[in-house]
Amino acid sequence: MATSTLVPASPENLEREWKLPDRGMIGIGFLIITESSLFSIFIVSYLYYIGKNLSGPYPKDVLDIPIVATVCLLSSSLTMIMAERALKRNQLGRFKLWWTVTILLGAEFLISTGVEWHHLIYIDHLTIATNLFGTTFYSLVGLHASHVIVGMTFLLLVLILTLSGFPIQTQERRVAFLSWYWHFVDAVWVVVFSVVYLIGR
Amino acid sequence: MAASDYPLEYPSHRHAEFSLSETLYECVTTVDHKRLGLMYIVAALIFMVIGGIMASVIRLQLAVPDAHVVSPETFNRLFTMHGTTMVFLLGMPILAGFANYLVPLMIGARDMAFPRLNAFGFWAFLFGGLLLYSSYIGGGGLSGAGSAPDVGWFAYSPLTERAFSRGASTDFWILAIMLTGVGSISSAINVIATIASMRCPGMTLIKMPLFVWMMLVVSWMIILALPPLSACQIMLLLDRFLGAHAFDTQAGGSAVLWQHYFWIFGHPEVYILVFPAFAVMSEIIPVFSRKPIFGRQAMVGAAVAIGFISMSVWAHHMFAVGMTSTANMFFVAATMLIAVPTGIKIFNWLATMWGGKLRFATPMLFCCAFLFQFLVAGLTGVMLGVAPFDWQLHDSYFVVGHFHFVLIGGIIFALFGGMYYWFPKASGKMMSETLGKWHFWLFCVGFNMTFIPMHFLGFLGMPRRIYTYAPGRGWDLLNMVASIGVIFQIAGIACFIWNVIQSLRSGEPAGDDPWDGWTLEWTTSSPPPEYNFEKLPVVRSSRPLWDLKHPQDPDWKFE
Repeated sequence: MATSTLVPASPENLEREWKLPDRGMIGIGFLIITESSLFSIFIVSYLYYIGKNLSGPYPKDVLDIPIVATVCLLSSSLTMIMAERALKRNQLGRFKLWWTVTILLGAEFLISTGVEWHHLIYIDHLTIATNLFGTTFYSLVGLHASHVIVGMTFLLLVLILTLSGFPIQTQERRVAFLSWYWHFVDAVWVVVFSVVYLIGR
Repeated sequence: MAASDYPLEYPSHRHAEFSLSETLYECVTTVDHKRLGLMYIVAALIFMVIGGIMASVIRLQLAVPDAHVVSPETFNRLFTMHGTTMVFLLGMPILAGFANYLVPLMIGARDMAFPRLNAFGFWAFLFGGLLLYSSYIGGGGLSGAGSAPDVGWFAYSPLTERAFSRGASTDFWILAIMLTGVGSISSAINVIATIASMRCPGMTLIKMPLFVWMMLVVSWMIILALPPLSACQIMLLLDRFLGAHAFDTQAGGSAVLWQHYFWIFGHPEVYILVFPAFAVMSEIIPVFSRKPIFGRQAMVGAAVAIGFISMSVWAHHMFAVGMTSTANMFFVAATMLIAVPTGIKIFNWLATMWGGKLRFATPMLFCCAFLFQFLVAGLTGVMLGVAPFDWQLHDSYFVVGHFHFVLIGGIIFALFGGMYYWFPKASGKMMSETLGKWHFWLFCVGFNMTFIPMHFLGFLGMPRRIYTYAPGRGWDLLNMVASIGVIFQIAGIACFIWNVIQSLRSGEPAGDDPWDGWTLEWTTSSPPPEYNFEKLPVVRSSRPLWDLKHPQDPDWKFE
């Protein structure tokens, strides 16, 4: 083995060269893995129950593809990256700008989800108790929306801290972890979108 | 170091210096991994006693035919609460307790990666447990429909829908288990981050103690397997409270979907529970055989293989629901396959003992019993994994005997061994060997007396969860023997509790390294100081303490 070669690894060498991954990175990474496992069950439920409705309304009658909301949510990932880059270069003004844009895009996504649900409930009379489609639709999209709300809460927290003069550049690591979570929520939307609005219709 | 830093280890000595309220304050506010680890273990053992009392009442009810010790409704609640308690309030927290206490010590770290998350995990588990038990008070709900959940520990839907399970007791079950699940997931993330980021210099993954490896694999499994349970519980909550139809057959929903989701969690869960036992075995057997573990790499590989395969065997719990024969064949094959890495582990432990200088102290006795009993459990498991055999014996007492051989004969025995092994480290006192041997023999005899007859009862047709039975079916004698075994088990547990109390009060001082061990936890004082190590160790082999003790013949020259 390596230790018995010509230059034995002395304790001093070992200590100097010893480098391990950031624990926060591992923590947020595994949070994302466990969340993926949670989402996968809801997605399987949705796929399994497609076409098993005993009564209407059916997906093809009531669902419209939410293009604007999707574009907003996906581009919020880009603005988030811009904000992070600004923070890395210590350009606080730009950081605040891009961060606010990210929040506005996220808010637009939530608002259009709200409008969509309002329409479904009051015009199309589809509630979670109406049929299997309602059950799986509201639980899957609702689970995702609740994750967006959690993400938004933390984004707002960072914004409020920054605006009140907290030196956010000292928290670059934590901002990065938050952005990972946000990218994850976006990536899940791609799957939810495909399952609900493309396959499910 | 001052004894006053360790409220849990020295309850009797503390009155002079610390009041009860101060001790409580310490417990509530602590983020120290050792204190939290002990709190986990103590809480789990308390739940074990409660769950054990329930089991004893069940055995009392079944001791003779036509008995009416408790009402049928109470009986249903008893086996539900017994199962739920033992899996979620004993197995999971005691795993977290051992991992918390030992992982940082074994990898030469000063604490877990996220100490406050650690405390959060503990309190989530404890309040989950309290929530489950408060169903005895509030479970009736407004309709007054009985206290405490009575739906079995796997709570098959649609029978848990509002229409069939009135009252609030099922909701207590759902929310309590979800809460303990959150605790388990947070502690698993913590263990992984600790192992990934906090190892002392020189401890590469392959030099890591096998205990830590097992905890790493089990944490992975928790991360992947617990969310499916939470997911289907969320769906069930939506069904019960908002009138959704996720498991409602009247609205076109599936009656077996819950079973799939539950066992996607449930079968990895069995391996999650047994891995701490593997971890303990892999530390105790080498030390008490005076040999390094046989086939380290194979042990690690087998553990990872079990972790992977355990995710694809769930439906062998469901052969009786009538799946397609292709699905049946797949799950039979996967079940056979998982026996292979498990067999590798058994053979490696045996090979470690082979030719070693064996010391049969109490921890080693428990581990030897594990080898036999877990082998029996594994073999009956392979039998049940064959679909036609399962059709014959599904939901019979054979199954009850099988999984109690896994859970008690395997897991509980190994964990008792672990407690005898690490008690000196945690308290600074040795446990009494005499009482330990009494504990072992009483518990071993009682356990086998109770659970071997159950296999035969299953063959004779006695169904699981039956309330009572008519005389003259050939079940009377075996049931009586099984119930008598409980008395021996209770006596064994009483020996253990007395041993702990007695040893804390007046045990012999243990010293830093009473067993002549090889892993890093034995290099620090007993009990370890709050910061664990004055100077972080540097490791060059998988047995760092052997290297220190034998500078002329260190392991790192050969590894």
